[in-house]
Amino acid sequence: MISLSDIPVRSRFQVYAPMAVMAAALSTAPWWLPAIGLYQYLGIEIAIWMIFALGFNLLFGYAGLHSFGHGAYLGIGAYAFGLFQQNVAVSLWGGLAAGILAAGLAGAIVGAFISHRRGIYYALLTIAFGQVFWFTSMKLYGVTGGEDGLLGIPRPPLTLFGLEYALRSNVALFYLAAFFLLATVLLMWRLVNSPFGRVLQAIRQNETRARFAGYEVWRFKWAAFVISAMFAGLAGGLFAMAQQSAYPDVMSLHQSGLIVMMVLVGGGLVSFWGPVLGVILYFVARDVLGGLTETWLLWYGMMFMAMVMLRPEGLAGMIHLGWKRLGGASEKPVILLAEKA
Amino acid sequence: MAFFEARNLHKRFGSRVVLENISLAFERGQVSGIMGPNGAGKTTCFHVLTGLHQPDRGEIELEGKSISGLSPQRIATLGVSRSFQIMNLFDDSVVIENVMLALPEFRTRRLSFLGGVFDDTKLVDAATDVLDQVGLAARAWEKATSLSYGERRALEIGVALAARPKILFLDEPTSGLGSEATRNLAALVRRLREHYTIVMIEHDMRFLFELADRISVIHWGQVIAEGTPAELQANKWVRRSALGEAALA
Repeated sequence: MISLSDIPVRSRFQVYAPMAVMAAALSTAPWWLPAIGLYQYLGIEIAIWMIFALGFNLLFGYAGLHSFGHGAYLGIGAYAFGLFQQNVAVSLWGGLAAGILAAGLAGAIVGAFISHRRGIYYALLTIAFGQVFWFTSMKLYGVTGGEDGLLGIPRPPLTLFGLEYALRSNVALFYLAAFFLLATVLLMWRLVNSPFGRVLQAIRQNETRARFAGYEVWRFKWAAFVISAMFAGLAGGLFAMAQQSAYPDVMSLHQSGLIVMMVLVGGGLVSFWGPVLGVILYFVARDVLGGLTETWLLWYGMMFMAMVMLRPEGLAGMIHLGWKRLGGASEKPVILLAEKA
Repeated sequence: MAFFEARNLHKRFGSRVVLENISLAFERGQVSGIMGPNGAGKTTCFHVLTGLHQPDRGEIELEGKSISGLSPQRIATLGVSRSFQIMNLFDDSVVIENVMLALPEFRTRRLSFLGGVFDDTKLVDAATDVLDQVGLAARAWEKATSLSYGERRALEIGVALAARPKILFLDEPTSGLGSEATRNLAALVRRLREHYTIVMIEHDMRFLFELADRISVIHWGQVIAEGTPAELQANKWVRRSALGEAALA
């Protein structure tokens, strides 16, 4: 199977072209989404899940740490956003900051417990902690609203340089989510290619060698978990705005499994863009395939199984290999950006 | 006081004593060898000296300062580098990145979240210098797995050198190498000895006796003999041991 290093950056065009395509697609989505029979809210969902997936893949794909309870941090972000609106102030920036910080804090606590572990023990602990958060959200009725969750969370207006923009319409909220998605793409791209990101990838490949190169491995694993949880918190805050509610199902094991499936199917193990493709594939399956048959999830599940068995590199890997066969990709992982240096 | 010194090291795994009161001293600028039959405790000794295993008893000092009980990463930052008997590389990465990650200047930037790596000319130049030393500069941008076995051994040494160590531990560097690759490695160690203090475990007696200034023989977890290659060749304990007369002939 190919790896993240097999699809290296070969030119600045290859770095920025997909970002430009994404920016163009996002900025025009409110026009073309209805034109192809889809709806505005879908754009919001896709943008939110892309933020979640890109953050998750820092941990899953780049650091090689298999978290199967990451839905918890999406949920914590959603609850923190809602609680901030209902108990502190109706504020977009305050609510989103609360979502990011609450999820980051939860990630920091959980990360401190699990970062000395690896493999199956790490994975099981992430599930266990995820379930603790989910159970807490169900039972802490006075704070979380129990099984009903927090209802009637407002969509606070966007205030920028003294101007106020209402986010009540789905189109307006979509543009906000799209802005955060583009910011996430840029930030995550820098992060995975920074010294910190390269050390994370080194740890994924060989933890022992990383230790003997002088790196405190557990601290990097912890930091990756916290950063990833913070992006989940941002996605959660936007999710609460979109749904105008936060409820236990947001942080359930089902959501945790869904994000793993999206990232794997998209090719997060081999490409930066894998999570993005995975999210698109899932929502296309849900809304297009779902329009044809009620059993769409069964077909999606079967496709996931087939992908894992036959093409574990996912959609991004398949595109890369297809491109390579056509002679468009280098046989060797040559990094021209570095060669220019 | 030796440059690197281990005194009365003791290590056991369950009921099995692997190292028993081992004392070793390595002088600055010398190539020191450790030899002994399989299962003698040589690699465990390396693991203890470099922090992978903690000793049950005993003291380890680098330049007169205790490094006993420190983590491998802490010991590495103090100037102790090592290679492994079983290849330990970042296989998915290109050759130059393997080296780059071990550079002290990279380590100081490890918490840089937004800076670049491959577009940093200083980092690239420093890593290329190291690759030049081990003869891999021409393969810098190829994936580590695309190297031959001998080249991967050289890369392992390159990764250890990149940390600019005060002392370099090489665990069976000729393991699995053919005669030509072994000759190349011997030439590399000869070049390195001018700049580094080197300690190596080795089964290839010809290789070891040719390069080492002093050799310690470990058997049953104890040092049974020590001396220069010439002294050991004259030592009847060593000649009689399972190391073999032929090897020393």
